[in-house]
Amino acid sequence: MNIVVLVKQVPDSGLERNLRQDDKTVDRDAGNLVIGELDEYAIEEALKLKEAHGGEVTVLTVGPEKATETIRKALSMGPDKAVHVSDPAIHGSDTVATSAIIAAALGKLEYDLVIAGAESTDGQTGALPAMLSERLGIAQLTGARKLTVDGDKLTTIERQTDDGYEVIEATTPAIVSVWDTINEPRYPSFKGIMQAKKKPVETYSLSDLGVSADQVGLDSAWSEVLEFSGRPPKGAGVKVPDEGDGGSKLVEFLATQKIV
Amino acid sequence: MAEVLVVVEHSGGAAKKITSELLTAARALGEPSAVVFGAAGDADKLKDTLGEYGAQKIYAAESADVTDYLVAPRAEVLAGLVKQASPAAVLLASTTDGKEIAGRLAVKIESGFLTGVTELAADGTATQVVFAGAVIVKSKVTKGTPILTIATNAVTAEPAAATPSVEAVEVSVSDAAKKAKVADRVSEKKSSRPELTEASIVVSGGRGVGSAENFALIEGLADSLGAAVGASRAAVDSDFYPPPHQFQVGQTGKTVSPNLYVAVGISGAIQHRAGMQTSKTIVAINKDEEAPIFELADFGVVGDLFKVVPQATEAINARKG
Repeated sequence: MNIVVLVKQVPDSGLERNLRQDDKTVDRDAGNLVIGELDEYAIEEALKLKEAHGGEVTVLTVGPEKATETIRKALSMGPDKAVHVSDPAIHGSDTVATSAIIAAALGKLEYDLVIAGAESTDGQTGALPAMLSERLGIAQLTGARKLTVDGDKLTTIERQTDDGYEVIEATTPAIVSVWDTINEPRYPSFKGIMQAKKKPVETYSLSDLGVSADQVGLDSAWSEVLEFSGRPPKGAGVKVPDEGDGGSKLVEFLATQKIV
Repeated sequence: MAEVLVVVEHSGGAAKKITSELLTAARALGEPSAVVFGAAGDADKLKDTLGEYGAQKIYAAESADVTDYLVAPRAEVLAGLVKQASPAAVLLASTTDGKEIAGRLAVKIESGFLTGVTELAADGTATQVVFAGAVIVKSKVTKGTPILTIATNAVTAEPAAATPSVEAVEVSVSDAAKKAKVADRVSEKKSSRPELTEASIVVSGGRGVGSAENFALIEGLADSLGAAVGASRAAVDSDFYPPPHQFQVGQTGKTVSPNLYVAVGISGAIQHRAGMQTSKTIVAINKDEEAPIFELADFGVVGDLFKVVPQATEAINARKG
C-alpha cells in the first residue's frame, strides 16, 4: 500500500502570529516555523499502515525553500521519501490554487491513500482534502478519528461529528484526513533523524507539474484580504482572591451581567 | 433582489440554531432561499422556522442519494442550483461538512470561498477571526459566486417573517460523487445538555479538575446554568471527559463563542484560547493567580475550585429557588 502524506510548514501556533503588512499574507518570517500539528498524526497513521501492509510512504509539501526543514522533520519520523513543490510564483496562493498544485503533484505519484491533517493550524480552512477529492475524483474519507484498511481496497473511517461519529466506507484510491484523536505520533529516533538527511527529496517547479504560474499566487487568488488588525485587548477584568466567598462573588458578577 | 442560497443545518427536520443565524446573515445580501438536504418530508417540517427567519423559497433536495454519501452529492446539487438561480452568494454553516461542501463547490463553480465568517456586510465584506483569536481579517471574494461559511453564535438571529414556497429539486447524483458511503451514524451523546458549539453558556474543566469523577462538579455548575460542558485538551488527554472530540474546546477541538464561558481549572494555553477567545463574557476559576486565562477573564476568582465551584452552583440554584 503506497501512501502520500501531505504536510505543511506553518508558524508555531504557540507563539504570536500575524499577517504581513506589505501583502497581507501569513507572516512566515516572524517566529518559529514548524510542521503542522495534525500532520504528525497523518504521518503516524501512514507509518502504521505501512508496517501492517507494506508499501512506501511519501511526504508531499508545497512551500518555499525553507520548507525543507519541515520535510526533514517529517522524514525523521520514518517515511521513505519526499516531494517538495517549490516555486516563487506560488507565494500568496489561496486554497483553491493550492489544491490545484497538490492535485497536479499527486498526478505524478502512485498512491492508494493520501493522508492529511483535517486542517492546518494557520489557515484552518479545513477544506483542502475535500477539494483534492473533488479535483482527483477519488473518495473523500475526512475527519477521521479511526482508520481501518480491510484487505487492500476497502477503507473505513470513523468521522467525528458533533455528538458522535459516522462510519464512512470507500475503496482506494482515497484521501483521508485525520484529527489528533486518531493516534499518538512517535518521536523521531536519533537513527531516524540521521537517516532523514539521506532520504531522497524530489523538487518540482510549477512547470514540472504543468501548472501555469498565472493561475496561482496572490494576484490570481479568488478572494482578497482587504484589511486586518490585532484583536483589541480585552479591558482589564476583575480578579478577586477567594476568601471563602469566591463562589458567591462570582454569582453576584453573573447577576450584574443579567446571566443569572 | 437576487437570491442567496442558504444551506439548512438540521437534524431530521428540526432546524439547528445556526440556520436562523445563516438566514439572518443572508438577508444582508439578498433574498434568502433555503436549501434543505434530507429525507422526504424534512422541508415541510422546516418550513415554519425557515419562513420565520425570512426564507422566501425552499429548495427541497430530499433523496437518499444526498443523505447516504459524504458531502460530495450536496456540492453537486448546489452547483446545479447556482447555475439555475444565479444567486448573489451561497451561505453554509462553518461546520466540517459545511466547509468541505464549500471547498468542493468552489472548485466546481470556479468561485472564491471564505470560511469561519463572523460578520457579513451588505457589500460582501466578510470578517474572520484568525490565529487563535489574535487577528481580525476583513476579506472579500473576488471571483464568481461568493461561497461563505458562517461561524456559529457569531450572528444574532433576527426574525423576519416570510411565507416560503417549496420547490422540489430533482436530485440526480453522479457516480463520482457516491464514492464515500455513510454506512452508519452513531450518537455518543450522553446527556440532554445543549450542544457545545450552539450553547449560549459553556462551562469547561481543565487539568485542575484532577479526575474524571471530579468532572461531576463541572456538570453540576453547567446544569445550574443550563450550560454545555467542555474540556481543555489537557483534560481530555488525561481522559477526564471522554469522548475527546465531542467536548474538547481549543485549536484542535471545537471553537465556541457563547455569551458566557466559564473556565474552571484551565490555565489558558494558546491551544485552549484559540477555541474560546471570542466568547462574550469570560469567567475563570484557578488557584494560580498568574494563569494566563485571567488575562481574558472579565471576572476571575483566584482560589480552590473544589470550594468555589460548589458554592457558585449552590448560589445559582438558590436564586432559581
